[in-house]
Amino acid sequence: MVTVADTPLDGRCPDGNIASRWDQRKRDLKLVAPNNKRKYTVIVVGTGLAGGSAAASLAELGYNVLSFCIQDSPRRAHSIAAQGGINAAKNYQNDGDSVWRLFYDTVKGGEWRARESNVYRLATLSTSIIDQCVAQGVPFAREYGGTLANRSFGGAQVSRTFYCGGQTGQQLLLGAYQAMMRQVSGGGIKLFTRREMLDLVVVDGIARGIVTRDLVTGKYETFVSDAVVLCTGGYGNAYYLSTMAKTCNVTAAWRCHKRGAYFANPCFTQIHPTCIPVSGDHQSKLTLMSESLRNDGRVWVPKTKGDTRSPDQIPEDERDYYLERRYPSYGNLAPRDVSSRAAKERCDAGFGVGQSGMSVYLDFSKAIKEDGESVIREKYGNLFHMYERITDENPYKVPMRIYPAVHYTMGGLWVDYNLQSNLPGLYVLGEANFSDHGANRLGASALMQGLADGYFVIPYTVGDHIATRKVKPITADRPEFHDALESAKSRTTAILNVNGTHSTEHFHRALGKIMWDHVGMARNEKGLLHAIEQIKTLREQFWHDVKVVGSGETLNQNLEHAGRVADFLEFAELLARDALHRDESCGGHFREEHQTDEGECDRNDADFSYVAAWQFKGVGTDSILHKEPLTFVDAPFGVRSYK
Amino acid sequence: MNHAASKNLNLTLKIWRQAGPKQAGGLKTYQVSGISTDMSFLEMLDVLNEQLIASGEEPVAFDHDCREGICGTCGVVINGQAHGPDSGTTTCQLHMRRFKDGDTIVIEPWLAKAFPIVRDLIVDRSAFDRIIQAGGFVSVNTGNAPEANTTLVPHHVQQDAMSAAACIGCGACVASCKNASAMLFVSAKVSHLASIPQGQGERSKRVLNMVATMDAEHFGNCTNTGECEAACPAKINLTNIAQLNREYLKASLFSKE
Repeated sequence: MVTVADTPLDGRCPDGNIASRWDQRKRDLKLVAPNNKRKYTVIVVGTGLAGGSAAASLAELGYNVLSFCIQDSPRRAHSIAAQGGINAAKNYQNDGDSVWRLFYDTVKGGEWRARESNVYRLATLSTSIIDQCVAQGVPFAREYGGTLANRSFGGAQVSRTFYCGGQTGQQLLLGAYQAMMRQVSGGGIKLFTRREMLDLVVVDGIARGIVTRDLVTGKYETFVSDAVVLCTGGYGNAYYLSTMAKTCNVTAAWRCHKRGAYFANPCFTQIHPTCIPVSGDHQSKLTLMSESLRNDGRVWVPKTKGDTRSPDQIPEDERDYYLERRYPSYGNLAPRDVSSRAAKERCDAGFGVGQSGMSVYLDFSKAIKEDGESVIREKYGNLFHMYERITDENPYKVPMRIYPAVHYTMGGLWVDYNLQSNLPGLYVLGEANFSDHGANRLGASALMQGLADGYFVIPYTVGDHIATRKVKPITADRPEFHDALESAKSRTTAILNVNGTHSTEHFHRALGKIMWDHVGMARNEKGLLHAIEQIKTLREQFWHDVKVVGSGETLNQNLEHAGRVADFLEFAELLARDALHRDESCGGHFREEHQTDEGECDRNDADFSYVAAWQFKGVGTDSILHKEPLTFVDAPFGVRSYK
Repeated sequence: MNHAASKNLNLTLKIWRQAGPKQAGGLKTYQVSGISTDMSFLEMLDVLNEQLIASGEEPVAFDHDCREGICGTCGVVINGQAHGPDSGTTTCQLHMRRFKDGDTIVIEPWLAKAFPIVRDLIVDRSAFDRIIQAGGFVSVNTGNAPEANTTLVPHHVQQDAMSAAACIGCGACVASCKNASAMLFVSAKVSHLASIPQGQGERSKRVLNMVATMDAEHFGNCTNTGECEAACPAKINLTNIAQLNREYLKASLFSKE
């Protein structure tokens, strides 16, 4: 049984007309005078789209910004790998787009499990993001006359996605990175690379600093600030195999959770339909093939079970274009969760292709025949090249083979409308928070959210915290800093002292298998209960048997990885428990007990239209559930149909 | 299927081991077996590291992150070639099918004065960040931007800008250059911003400051050998260096910024 808190959680959204809520909030937020801003320090952890844009924008305002990243340079953050594009309600195509439609598509795409006010603000800010990025020199695709080009993405019937070839994330991130570098040179940002945040320091109930480990020297440091802005991305690597970068982890968010910040909707994970399939046990990560490919690529499997003919030998009438068959109005551009489940359904039923039978075709032959190879090359050249390097197959000649993989996590630390967690002074931006995508994120919306949060929300809201709470200056001599530092140190020492027989990699892979098998694309009560037991057992084994070589006083990647896996082993249990408690199907969370006759999600708005925010009570101890009720007035509940 | 079936390889690896920036380093020999030709180069190193951990030896430190060729974190010299034998390919995207059973592979870090060794195969590339800090940006604060379509950028101009902006900042250009020059890296950013309307305001100042910083960071001079272009995984074109030289000359002679 889950213990539920008595008082519902309040997202502190403004009320009134949804279109003017953000204006109203901006009117109510207190300001810090320009001359005073430099007296205040803001810590920004992470340098992806959210962290990079936040750090640059806050420094431009005059705050003293301390920016931290685990990579060797802020430009490496995994936002860089986003391929397809960024949505914005510019309606440049004159095809019926509007702020309202982007808002509605996003709420519907997330199966009515996101906060209406936040999503509306996101849709509103989307247009300013494009303006800002163009001004920075981001080379978005253009029409011959010089205006901005758009393409279509899943879950929408308008063309609102802006893109830079298949490297949109890279170009947007470099825009934010360059804005950051300008502030580093001006002294507004102090940059700390190869630093890992290992704890949050809370003083008198307010977030006042962080503990880091210098990954080169092993040295622990504490940093004091007036606000902490966490932009540390998602937790998909709990599944071991995902499209995330190898260093993506839950550690910073999890340590904040252990210090009191609520973790919301962790079971909302996104499995992306178009990834290169697993090729063997050695696999260390999975590679995404952009959703934009589904603009021109057609997904199919043979109509006959176990058909081993090569794809070019299978005639047109013996192919099952199952997305076009099941979802005629969206076809190959059905949203990610829907497309992923459809691929799993076909493969589980024995129609999958490739050696393992665990993949489906993504076929460009029709587009190449109609538009010519050069047009396809210009649109997707780098993706086709990447596919060929990895698989040794030429996608201009044979269809790509794809299969779903863990890609993004909609859940994250709970935040209110101002993006502040329940711990005052701790703000959470981008993928690290839970706020805008509900149970499923639409393609090209992650970049939009990261940049909206960093460029256009946090610059307003962080000042309100500083101005209204009048936080007192403190130093790192406070016992809270000392305690947090010692607790971070002792955890590392404990890992080094286990001196067992199995490597961190072994435990990480074992956890990944449990998660993928029982907490993956399809979940059920029995499997989830089994997973929770298995995770507990694995966690115990880890603390008795992990083997980490080397010391804590040098660069030790093995030790870094072990620390992150130790946190995943705690976090994964919460993820599974959240999935168990949410006894309905919605978006990326598919409970087999709740499906329609056609195998679609059977959502339960009467009982589950809330954000599940969990309060930490100890490792292996049941967390307390805080419910934030969700109401839908401007985008009323509907059936999420893409037929 | 038209691709070759996967095979297993036995390999001899000679890897640069160095405990820290001040310690002496050297090549150490390891054997790995059963390496599938479907593995990436870094997955092969993962196998070696698992083997080392099992035997109680410290694993080889190497930088990597996205493992899909875009973050620019990885990069080692493989048999004398930065990122190995395949053109337009990062180390993480190089696959073992490129090697033969019984091969000996020599693996070294980027070697350049401006990139001091941190440990084993990891180097410090923060000099690149400092070059960007010197001017690799457009000075526009958040909130100052005009409506996006008021800045028209013709298709071909955007295409050129995009090809230059595709640089992933890995440092292979420096590692492959006999002079350890950073000209390809610097030219990519200078060309990107010089070719589009948004970059015009600071065009001269940018090139002068970035080149000055490049020199101050102890990168060598460019002698137009072209190794950088051959090694570049993002296929940054040598013509960017020609443009950098033009930009620099023009700015040195006529700049009023």
